[in-house]
Amino acid sequence: MKYLGIDIVKPRLAVFDFTGCEGCELQLVNKEETLVDFLSLFEVVNFREASSDKSDAYDIALIEGCISRQDEVERLKAIRGRVKILVALGSCACCGGVNHLKNGFPIEDVVRQVYGDRKIETEKVRSLKEVVQVDLEIPGCPVSKAEVERIVIALVTGAEIRMPKYPVCVECRQQLNTCLFDFGEICLGPITLAGCGAVCPSGKVGCRGCRGPADDANYESFIDVVVDKGFTEAEIRKKIEFFNAFEGPAKDTIASLIQKRIKTFNAFSGVRA
Amino acid sequence: MIYKVITKSEFRKFVSGLIRENQTIGPKLVDSDREGNPIYQFKEVNSFDEMDLDYTQADYSIKNFYLPFREELSRFDYSNSDWEQNIEYHVHPRVIVGVRACDINALTKLDKIFMKGNFPSPHYIARRKNTFLIGMDHEPLDDCFCKSLNQDVVRHGFNLYCTDIGKSYYLTINSSKAFNFLRNVKTSDPGKEDDRKYIERRKYLKKKFRTHVEVTGLPALMDIEFQSDVWKKWGDKCLNCGSCAMVCPTCYCHGVEENIEVNLKRSRKERVQYSCSIVDFAEVAGGHNFRPLKEDRLKYRFYHHYRGFAENADEQICVGCNRCGRACLAGINPRDVINDLRMESEE
Repeated sequence: MKYLGIDIVKPRLAVFDFTGCEGCELQLVNKEETLVDFLSLFEVVNFREASSDKSDAYDIALIEGCISRQDEVERLKAIRGRVKILVALGSCACCGGVNHLKNGFPIEDVVRQVYGDRKIETEKVRSLKEVVQVDLEIPGCPVSKAEVERIVIALVTGAEIRMPKYPVCVECRQQLNTCLFDFGEICLGPITLAGCGAVCPSGKVGCRGCRGPADDANYESFIDVVVDKGFTEAEIRKKIEFFNAFEGPAKDTIASLIQKRIKTFNAFSGVRA
Repeated sequence: MIYKVITKSEFRKFVSGLIRENQTIGPKLVDSDREGNPIYQFKEVNSFDEMDLDYTQADYSIKNFYLPFREELSRFDYSNSDWEQNIEYHVHPRVIVGVRACDINALTKLDKIFMKGNFPSPHYIARRKNTFLIGMDHEPLDDCFCKSLNQDVVRHGFNLYCTDIGKSYYLTINSSKAFNFLRNVKTSDPGKEDDRKYIERRKYLKKKFRTHVEVTGLPALMDIEFQSDVWKKWGDKCLNCGSCAMVCPTCYCHGVEENIEVNLKRSRKERVQYSCSIVDFAEVAGGHNFRPLKEDRLKYRFYHHYRGFAENADEQICVGCNRCGRACLAGINPRDVINDLRMESEE
């Protein structure tokens, strides 16, 4: 295979799944119109959903899911030891994703709720970067195949990997959508990283922020907007905490902002009433 | 300029004929918001009745029919040992009906950049030349301030402009194409009564404006207030979401992307609509960002709009439609920002 007359060395690619729904892996074999070309960009040596090969020699590993068991930790570390480029694929791998919701409850309660008295080994979920070094994160629940294609093309042609830095609103407006706030919905579009093509708002579902924060996201102003529109703390938290994509300092900032704003808002409403 | 009068039923016949023969875009009711307010958009229509020519506001301007959010500038093919470049700007003739004066003026401003500027765009020119534009007057919305900027009347930039004088439209014919098209339907020369009604209607519309923004000396004021705290105040609110630029009828700043196709045999160079309020708008190679602060990005958007820059020689590019103000979740709008600046200098 050549690009601009230069032979391309096909990287050996492996795809692995950990705790997750395998939806991101399924995305990799979606988009049939370019699927054959996509699979020709590399040599698939280990990808349970697409191949029966089981090689341990690979250059790039795309990893889906989060880490929720000790044996997963060992497996992930073994992969890290073998691979040149480790890519976290999807929100679970990047930040814990939906699975992270269980971290808000005592682990025994979670197990009892789902499995009853059966003994199940499970621990609080962790994202990949909490366990090993991650070279690249492709966020999304699920990932956008178009974005994965762009990234893989950049990887094999040696070009710079470019991802948007701006929020979902840019892409949402480009779809000529009516703002979901106009319909009375809460939408995290203004603070969430674009790249998904605004699929959820285009389907009239408010963004839940699966791709994590946009660069320089203005949390102060955003919380002002949602509180002023009358959304409650519980409603805001439900959206923001859904994917755990606003983790770390962002989470604390948002939490304290909600507290502060709700207090002032209530004080003023009290005066008005 | 030639003036004619056409009855509304004859106008309907005229437009229906255009719709039958051409791709036609018109104002359509697409949804309603939580309070039941109608949401209109310019969309392709297949019959006269699909349109609502009495539409109130359209969240998006017709800009994207001339400057699509993403457009292919050229295509490269290197499947053989050599490479080939292909540039296509073929546009089928089309019609846009029901465009407001301010939105036509917005196109005239874009013409100065993309047709008469230093780097004319063949893609824009093809779209502009192949679009038959029918303008229509309307009652100003509560927040329209196009009159403050002298953009409420339109003199050129359209093929045909309709002024509602009751049972008829008073037509302003601005192109030979429009004149020739109108030969197929019944029109008459305006009589004294028509002229009177036309002037009456103009006066009426002028009086209907409820929002006024004082723009006298605004370019100078902006220079004086370059360091003002007002920018920080509004910049702190800015979500950097680019909505203002996406709905603006004149915001034209863009980026250029090169995208390789998955088969590695072809690639595309694409123009992508961008905004100066977006975080990496002024980012250059090596990751250096000339405008890392929200307040600076917001300020430069206002400067471009109200002070003008070299390319359009001090001409303000805002037409006063306030689409940006309505789209902004954080409540930033030109009227309040400009008033704040004025207060600053008058204190």
